[in-house]
This record gives sequence, structure tokens and C-alpha cells, in this order.
Amino acid sequence: MGTGTGIGRVRGLGSSGVGGAHWATERMISLATLPLFVWFVVSLLRLPDMSHTTVVNWLSSPFNAVLMVLLIATTFVHLKQGMQVVLDDYVHDEGTRVLSNVALVFLSVAGGAAAIFAVLQIAFRGTAN
Amino acid sequence: MHRNTARPLSPHLTIWRWGPHMAVSILNRVTGVGLSIVGAAGFVWWLVAAATGAEAYNSFLDVATSWLGILVGVGLTWALVFHTGGGIRHYVLDIGAGYELRTNRRWSWITIIGSFVVTAAIWAYILGVK
Repeated sequence: MGTGTGIGRVRGLGSSGVGGAHWATERMISLATLPLFVWFVVSLLRLPDMSHTTVVNWLSSPFNAVLMVLLIATTFVHLKQGMQVVLDDYVHDEGTRVLSNVALVFLSVAGGAAAIFAVLQIAFRGTAN
Repeated sequence: MHRNTARPLSPHLTIWRWGPHMAVSILNRVTGVGLSIVGAAGFVWWLVAAATGAEAYNSFLDVATSWLGILVGVGLTWALVFHTGGGIRHYVLDIGAGYELRTNRRWSWITIIGSFVVTAAIWAYILGVK
């Protein structure tokens, strides 16, 4: 950290230590979630019911399965990025902040992986038995 | 990291007078946290249950269609709609537009009221059709 210019003194500060790239990718990723969620909500509302057969048949379509995988990937990245900002802002103890961020990455990757695997399992298995 | 507790703190929630602009801002964060925890958990459960089989899926459906499940479902719908509206509002603010006091106030109210209108429309459709 420099002591001379204003930018030198503040570089690397802020609650997370970094920020510019995070801020930009957060906006890019959430832009992708927007049309995906409109599609998701409209698709669910158009289903005749929410029974197992109906939902499995819906997810068996390659088109729906691919869009669901994209929705899950972008949403869980967005979830991780958003929650990271909340943790960086409100968890003041440095050790707890780092540990909670590690837990956040583990949980969001695990949740996203489980959801994507479930969609692929349904899609590759085909229509309901 | 050493923290100098004598340093002045920036004003926070307890200091500001509540207005629609700050309400939208903090609610965007609150709904985001709610969706990240409750929404993501319910979403993963729904998909994993569907992949596991009819029996696992039906036990998800039993919880989801109980009165508590529907209450959580309505709450999550509102949170999703609000967070989407708040997100779109932030895109406009990010390009440097909409900071005039009157404009900011108007779009904040539209985000809040719109979130309730869209949520009500979605659930009226669900309960009306099914």
C-alpha cells in the first residue's frame, strides 16, 4: 500500500479488499438470470399441474433441461456473489469473514451441483416411468 | 486487522429517515438473502426430489402445498419479483440515470407497489387455474 497519492492509499481497501471485477461480473451474471427467470416462472405457470409426471416430462425436453442448467448455473453464481457482498459488509471479524466466505462457496457449489445433476438425471433418463 | 473504534462510523439504518429509496435498497438485499437461503433450499429440494422418484417428490409436494408451504411460496414469489424489480432499478442507476429526487422516489414506489401487484397476479392465476 502506497502512502503518497490518494489512489495508492485506498487501493486494496474496502470490505472485501477487491471489488471492481466482482461488481462488473455480478451485473453481467444477473443480466443472464433475468430472461431465464421470466421463462422459468411462465413455464411453471403454464404447466397443467405440479405432479411428478408433469414436472419430469417437462424437464425431459432438451430445450427445458438446457435452460434449467443455465438458470441454475447463473443463479448460484449470482447467489454466491450477492451473499459474499453481504458477508463482507456485515461480518467484521476478519477470520469469521474468510471462513463464512469459504462456507458460502462450498454450499453454493454443492447446491448448484445437486440441482444440475438432478436436471441431467431426469433429462437423460427420459420421460416418467 | 486492527480497528480504530474511535473513528466515526458512516450513518446506517438507525440514522436515516425512512423513505421509499432506502427501503427499496435494503429490501433488495433482504430479499436476496431470503432467496439465497430459503429459495435455494426449496429449489434444490424440488429438483432432487423430482429426480429421486414419485415418493420423494410427493413428500416435497405435501410440504409445499401445506398452508405453511403456500405461505413460504407466496413470500418467495414476492421476494423473487421484488429482487427482479430492484435489480432492474439498479441497472438504471448503474448507468447514471434516475438519481433526481423526484424520479428516484417515483421508481422506488413503483418497484414496491409493482412487486405486490405482480405477486398477487401470479397467485391469483395459480389459485384460479388449479
